[in-house]
Amino acid sequence: MKRAIFTLGLAIGFGLSVAPATAQTLKKVKDRGSLICGVSQGLPGFSNPDDKGAWTGLDVDFCRAIAAAVFNDPAKVKYTPLSSKDRFEPLKTGEIDVLSRNTTWTLSRDALFNFAGVNYYDGQGFIVRKALKVNSALELNGASVCVQTGTTTELNLGDYFRSNSMRYEVIAFATADETVKAYEGGRCDAFTTDVSQLYSEKLKLANANDHVILPEIISKEPLGPLVRHGDDQWLDVVKWVHFAMINAEELGVHSKNVDESLKSNMPEIKRLVGTEGNFGEQLGLTKDWVVRIVKHVGNYGEVFDRNVGTGSRLGISRGINRLWTKGGIQYAPPIR
Amino acid sequence: MKEALTGGPPRVAVHNNPKFRSAFYQIVVLAVVLACAYAFAVNASANLRAQGFASGFGFLGNTAGFGINQTLIDYSETDSYGRVFVVGLLNTLLVAIIGCVLATVLGFIIGIARLSPNWLIARLGGVYVETIRNLPLLFQILFWYLAVLGAMPGPRNSIGLGLQPILAGIGDGAAALGLPGADAFRSLAAWIGPPDVYLNNRGVILPRPLLGDGFEWVAIAFGLAVLLAIVLRIWARQRLDATGKTFPTGWAAFALIVGLPGVVLLALGVPIGFEHPQLRGFNFVGGVRLIPELVALLFALVTYTAAFIAEVVRAGIQAVPRGQSEASQALGLKRGLALRLIIVPQALRVIIPPLTNQYLNLTKNSSLAVAIGYPDLFAVFAGTTLNQTHQAIEIIAITMAVYLAISLITSILMNWYNARSNRRFER
Repeated sequence: MKRAIFTLGLAIGFGLSVAPATAQTLKKVKDRGSLICGVSQGLPGFSNPDDKGAWTGLDVDFCRAIAAAVFNDPAKVKYTPLSSKDRFEPLKTGEIDVLSRNTTWTLSRDALFNFAGVNYYDGQGFIVRKALKVNSALELNGASVCVQTGTTTELNLGDYFRSNSMRYEVIAFATADETVKAYEGGRCDAFTTDVSQLYSEKLKLANANDHVILPEIISKEPLGPLVRHGDDQWLDVVKWVHFAMINAEELGVHSKNVDESLKSNMPEIKRLVGTEGNFGEQLGLTKDWVVRIVKHVGNYGEVFDRNVGTGSRLGISRGINRLWTKGGIQYAPPIR
Repeated sequence: MKEALTGGPPRVAVHNNPKFRSAFYQIVVLAVVLACAYAFAVNASANLRAQGFASGFGFLGNTAGFGINQTLIDYSETDSYGRVFVVGLLNTLLVAIIGCVLATVLGFIIGIARLSPNWLIARLGGVYVETIRNLPLLFQILFWYLAVLGAMPGPRNSIGLGLQPILAGIGDGAAALGLPGADAFRSLAAWIGPPDVYLNNRGVILPRPLLGDGFEWVAIAFGLAVLLAIVLRIWARQRLDATGKTFPTGWAAFALIVGLPGVVLLALGVPIGFEHPQLRGFNFVGGVRLIPELVALLFALVTYTAAFIAEVVRAGIQAVPRGQSEASQALGLKRGLALRLIIVPQALRVIIPPLTNQYLNLTKNSSLAVAIGYPDLFAVFAGTTLNQTHQAIEIIAITMAVYLAISLITSILMNWYNARSNRRFER
């Protein structure tokens, strides 16, 4: 009996000590000495472990950029692989500091979390076997379609077939690997997800050349990192790490010339690299925060090319992800 | 001294009264537990509200927006999350009920096979049990799903099951070998027409029965036959008690239940038509389709659970002392009667409680369906719906309550059956 009461006392103690998980994420990260970043379970180009277990990709480089800004060391990141279905709960409960996992920015998600920006403008498409001789998504009436559950993709699929009065059968799987395996096994005529992911999954297929990505883009999928509600300072840090990388590209500052840019007389570059003003300190970081990011990780263009662009196996063209000065829509507010 | 002996029980202070003390401590523990639960609830809801999460069950009325590939009731993307819940629940119950029935049948067959005096049959049973029950279930589900999918052709090369493909095959073979009669087989095949059952990597496609006018009379006849069979059984039991004469109740009931609706069906001119499946575009249109996810899940759950049930059955039969069967032989009972009246009732006492466990396991294991895209309750409700609505606490609570309710109902039914089969020993 005494023991039961003691256990209950402990339980009460714990119950009351769970304080609301709000502000102070930046302090928590600094105290812990590492950033905990939610990523995918393996999506080449975005977040993917190599054969030695080291993570690479566009979304991974974003985590590394935050770590570089905070610790001056891009390696101080712990990666938590999450399925599309289970990605939000760990962020909600504070198990991860930031979710950088090709996640579409939507209203209902923004109402519960804070999106920090768009690091890849994507859209949903279909991949089919060439043998089916299908040239357009509008010819998919009556098809079986494999999709990953818990995604905006699943909802867009329903909308698209409904609005075009086409019948379809949906088979929804929990992870990307199972979805692709089922498509490869012939369970579905088509596999649908964001086009960038289609390129990436196509690489994994046994005979990549037997498959073709259809031209239709059926949705807007702005992908970006997100953080919890209720911590404005942390949101600003994550948001400005993204803007810093875009501003660096716009001003021509990249990983090779960042040391020379410290001597620059251009006021915009001086503010960027911290030789003028205290902009990093306003965010709770150091003056040289952008130098740290660019030196260790690179500017947005470098990161894009290395992971998904022409310098990578995926070879996706920049498209609308070009800077606004070059005909794209990637744009960042000024540092001042 | 005398007074103390006659004055009734000694008076004890209230706080030393064992009854009062035990009640007091129980009330205190209960209060503490409730206070804890309340603190947790308040804390969770405050935290969630601070982050902008609504709580409550209002989300059940919102539009779901996603499709589901097997629905036992009408469902479309415009229906609500509440309907998604019902669809998922029915899919879970479908797997659980069919799975329990088939696993019981297979388990009994294998359990009895393990006791067979035939060396080969007993060993085969042993190998089955030891292999199947020692491999992880998730692995088996994925194996059956991917193995079956890999072996099946696409819809355009479906395997037709019926007489026509066989006859056509024989005809082609005969023609190739230069044997006579090839044309006869081919024309016979053409006369029979295309088959109605197809097998491909989209599942098993069957013709859909269309019930015509007057079919309700067949249903009424069926109900009547079941009623008559029950009356017959009561009468046979009374006659047995009174005169000791036996009556073949089982066969008579079977004849009634099959015969009566059959006669009505024939009298009405068989008012059943069939909607034949046809290949159109990517898939077959029309007919009924068993999706491969359902087939693979059932296959894995049934074979896996049957291995455990086989052991339960074997243990139950071996628990009946040998003297019982010897005694029934000495009484002159035939082998079948001895099994039915002496051995099995005693074995059931041992079999039913662990059998209940296996039914509960099968039902809960069916939630592994999410791995192969079968839309059960766990996949569409605790998975997709949770992810779309972010109502984690409500949805997990509902899902837990549902699995708990299914398990409790199964337990109650099995306990009732156990008590009923034990009663005959108390008479």
